[in-house]
Amino acid sequence: MSTHEETPEEHLPSEQREHGAEAVKRPENPFADPGLPPHEHRVQDIDEAAAKRSERAVAFLFALSMVATVGFIAAYVSVPQDKSIYVWPLGHISAMNFSLGMTLGIALFCIGAGAVHWARTLMSDVEIPDDRHEIGASPEVTAKVKADWVQGAKESGLGRRKLIRNTMLGALTLVPLSGVVLLRDLGPLPGTSLRHTAWKKGKLLVNMNTNEPLRPSDVVVGSLTFAKPEGLEEHDHDFQKEIAKAALMIVRLQPENIKDKRELDWSHEGIVAYSKICTHVGCPISLYEQQTHHALCPCHQSTFDLADGARVIFGPAGHALPQLRIGVNDEGYLEALGDFAEPVGPAFWERG
Amino acid sequence: MSIDTTEKPEPSGGKSRGKASGGERFADWTDGRLGIYSLARANMRKIFPDHWSFMLGEIVLYSFVIIILTGVYLTLFFHPSMNEVEYTGSYVPMQGQLMSEAFNSTMHISFDVRGGLLIRQIHHWAALVFLAGMFVHMMRVFFTGAFRKPREVNWLFGWLLFILGMFTGFTGYSLPDDLLSGTGVRFMEGAILAVPVVGTYLSFFLFGGEFPGGDFVARFYSVHILLLPGIMLGLLAAHLFLVFYHKHTQWAGPGRTNKNVVGMPFLPVYTAKAGGFFFLVFGVISVVAAIATINPIWAIGPYRPDQVSTGAQPDWYMGFSEGLIRVMPGWEVNFWGHTLVLGVLIPLLIFPLVLVSIGVYPFIEAWITGDKREHHILDRPRNAPTRTGLGVAWITLYMVLLVGGGNDLFATHLHLSINAITWFVRVGFFAAPVIAFLVTKRICLGLQRRDRDKVLHGRESGIIKRLPHGEFIEVHEPLAQEALHKLTAHEQYEPAAIAPPTDDNGVAKKLTRGEKLRAKLSRGYYAEGNQIPKPTVQEYEEITSGHGHH
Amino acid sequence: MKKLSARRRHPLAAVVVLLLALAATGGLYAAFAPADKAKAEESAQSLTIEEGKKLYSVGCASCHGTGGQGTTDGPSLVGVGAAAVDFQVGTGRMPAQQPGAQVPKKKNIYSQAEIDQLAAYVSSLGAGPAVPTKKQYDPSGADIGKGGELFRTNCAQCHNFTGKGGALTHGKYAPDLNGVSPKHLYEAMQTGPQNMPSFPDSTMPEKNKKDIIAYVNAVNGDDTEHPGGLELGGLGPVSEGLFGWVFGLGTLIAVAVWIAARTAKAKKS
Repeated sequence: MSTHEETPEEHLPSEQREHGAEAVKRPENPFADPGLPPHEHRVQDIDEAAAKRSERAVAFLFALSMVATVGFIAAYVSVPQDKSIYVWPLGHISAMNFSLGMTLGIALFCIGAGAVHWARTLMSDVEIPDDRHEIGASPEVTAKVKADWVQGAKESGLGRRKLIRNTMLGALTLVPLSGVVLLRDLGPLPGTSLRHTAWKKGKLLVNMNTNEPLRPSDVVVGSLTFAKPEGLEEHDHDFQKEIAKAALMIVRLQPENIKDKRELDWSHEGIVAYSKICTHVGCPISLYEQQTHHALCPCHQSTFDLADGARVIFGPAGHALPQLRIGVNDEGYLEALGDFAEPVGPAFWERG
Repeated sequence: MSIDTTEKPEPSGGKSRGKASGGERFADWTDGRLGIYSLARANMRKIFPDHWSFMLGEIVLYSFVIIILTGVYLTLFFHPSMNEVEYTGSYVPMQGQLMSEAFNSTMHISFDVRGGLLIRQIHHWAALVFLAGMFVHMMRVFFTGAFRKPREVNWLFGWLLFILGMFTGFTGYSLPDDLLSGTGVRFMEGAILAVPVVGTYLSFFLFGGEFPGGDFVARFYSVHILLLPGIMLGLLAAHLFLVFYHKHTQWAGPGRTNKNVVGMPFLPVYTAKAGGFFFLVFGVISVVAAIATINPIWAIGPYRPDQVSTGAQPDWYMGFSEGLIRVMPGWEVNFWGHTLVLGVLIPLLIFPLVLVSIGVYPFIEAWITGDKREHHILDRPRNAPTRTGLGVAWITLYMVLLVGGGNDLFATHLHLSINAITWFVRVGFFAAPVIAFLVTKRICLGLQRRDRDKVLHGRESGIIKRLPHGEFIEVHEPLAQEALHKLTAHEQYEPAAIAPPTDDNGVAKKLTRGEKLRAKLSRGYYAEGNQIPKPTVQEYEEITSGHGHH
Repeated sequence: MKKLSARRRHPLAAVVVLLLALAATGGLYAAFAPADKAKAEESAQSLTIEEGKKLYSVGCASCHGTGGQGTTDGPSLVGVGAAAVDFQVGTGRMPAQQPGAQVPKKKNIYSQAEIDQLAAYVSSLGAGPAVPTKKQYDPSGADIGKGGELFRTNCAQCHNFTGKGGALTHGKYAPDLNGVSPKHLYEAMQTGPQNMPSFPDSTMPEKNKKDIIAYVNAVNGDDTEHPGGLELGGLGPVSEGLFGWVFGLGTLIAVAVWIAARTAKAKKS
């Protein structure tokens, strides 16, 4: 065991003193370090035939690597990229990915295996002790460095000339502000954009599947339909941004099953339209269980009761899904009677 | 090998015997400009101890190199743009779909660049192995106490690498702009929005406006391929430099002391072993990429904010944060026209706390022990029962949260209720680490007792002997000195003094709160019952001589 | 012969016998099963609502009521239509074995003819969606790409990207779609079995359904190509993480153990 060069702290073990000192004082100490055991030879160290076998094994591995690399190039040029092969137990897989991966893997692995086998069997395995030196500097060096520092600081006059010091600190503090200011154009200010969606009064509810406006008769009890506002097309430049707020989930309930009065008022003959965007962190929530009227979020399992104002009944969401007030226009199509009354999606500081 | 430290041959001086080989002349030339011989003197025959657990860090290093190599290849084909294009590539079930250029180019890499899929898969598998390796490497360092002086700073470097690795992974996972990663980015947006006061602004600056905007892929790209890897490369260099500078720790054993390091030299043994290990790691990951799909974006589809799939999870290293967010109750406070989204904010704060708690541990332990010495001999985990217990408690917390992060898949595959699992995780978050701590500590103490018995009474030989008076006993073989040394080489601290020290006038000084806490913690670590006193020489001699009389 | 008797005590002998016995049972079953089928086809000629009613009173009435009006144990079947019956009975979900969060898919015990009779009887109670014809559900020629988009909009939230299934609340789940026939997929969308919402023709026309069926067939069949190799269940990062830990890091640690292990020493003699 080591002897400890620093004076032990008040709470250092009693044993440590005893042990460290004893190892030196009492060689008959049964726990004392017996020192490095003598080196034992490997078969390869004493039997040249065994060493030759090892050499051949290493050379074989290196040669195999060469073959595999040739195989890699051959696979690259000859295997058609869309070819599918069946490999048990992997299934139907890409012939190219499999052949390239296996040959590359073998080529690399064999180099490694060869090198390690070489090191393990043929290079010297004599263990050598190497002394450690303390990381901290000696007292003389420490004293010298500290003295140098003091002298340097004194010569700079920084402590004496306060005006220089203060203005310099001021300049250094201010200069990074330029960098911060430059970040301003990373994006526009939020304004009220999170409060508005593409929905407004008179916008028809367009079926996501067919791109046709929905009629009340299309939506039957127990069905699930997704809708977007009229005029928003997939090819539109801002489709992603708008659909991220406007996506709608439409279900029809028996009016007598609707427990929440406002939900019933905002529905049309039991057809209710809720934001598809979870109020937790914005996943498109739509795991609708038609018998329980619960909608579950697949990301974090917030569960909303669509028959009760989309109230949260489980999980991490903090408030109900916003409902879109809907009605029917003169031509008999479902339309929005306005935008959502509250911001859709995740809550934010200014939401209120 | 002995390095010639005498005067180097001058270019004009020439060598007296024979002509130097080309390589040697080149080395001389280089040394004259870069001083490589002085560097080689200390390092060429640097000694490294041999133990499999010391190679975990190498797995990490090599997978990092693999990630960089494959990552550079991927940048040759990847387009970090969110412009919408229509897919016309060779994967039939995606033809005609609108997608961002980022997704389109990832599809192109996967199906229309020969070997592109393989490189993508190597890149992603290596990233998983990189982080898993860091986790295991960090735990190895933790449980063996290798973080103690003088290695605390290097522990911090490693810990930072783990955290930066997590975010590099997350930004990389988001680049293909597929439905799965897009859902993850959406989550990130929601989490940023939950930040009080500035959340909305941060989100608008990050995404260049409203989510998803058209900027985040390009921005994540520069963060993923330049900013974070650049910092990591610097930290990695510092980490490795310190490993060389401090010299490696080693296990206690005959001839191995705190003042030396026993092992084999860097040249040739470790050059071959470590160099070979790089190829082995690369080979294994290549084979994994040849046989197992990772992140099949063609099956996942392009991101659209109104679409989602069940089983939406991040890669494993982000899984514990996913667990935190899934099991948190939905608390939300509204006041004065503002919303405090505690349901998201609390997990957002616990997330760094979980990481910081392990990161600062070395400093807490150093404070409790007050030990200022260098430690180069590793602790066996059993000999530090409280530390080991805390480490296992931390891992347990991490694992419980991972289960929470995958609660939907555990529900479907174990036929359980997702609600029940969520409740299990909610309770487990508080209870499981405590139970794990107590159980682990008991096990450690049991193992310490067994070691003590082994030292004092020898090894159970399995031979049953019948004594003359008819009693059967099992013969215990006394241990060899090497084994005795190994089992008694560890140090045992005593609890910090609790009596208030007196000043020069004999007046008792009042203990500060910090000192009281430290004394209390120290008792928790080292008081009787929290560690088994190791056998003393006296005890050993009494018992062995007693045996003689028997 | 001698060889055989010599090996009968081989440790694997029991396994061989077991395999032979299983093969024989299967063979016998295969030999006799078609006879039942022939019989069923014969009776299909005389398909009547009456026969459906008889089957109904034996297998269904205890939960759904003698006239299909429903009881506390089972919902009313008035107006669910033939498609619902064909799906529920054809996939073995009905008759249910035991109450639970969800009635699972199991082996179907009725012949198609018997199912048709049951369906005829139930649709006589009240009109509902009819069993789709092959022309309606046959996915050949459908737009797989569009099907993928529709699947991700309407189905993936419960059934996962490629229809591997997923969890719902309180032990309910959306099942894996692998091996579900196009007809049953169509019927499920049409009728919304158990807690699944329906996707009627009014909001999801026949063509959309065909596209979806084509997509599911393409990405979640036994013959589906997984270019990257093992699909790992198609479950995303959780199974990938497990695989990476066990086979990636696990293998590498095993390699590290080999590298650091002591080479065998020559025995002292």
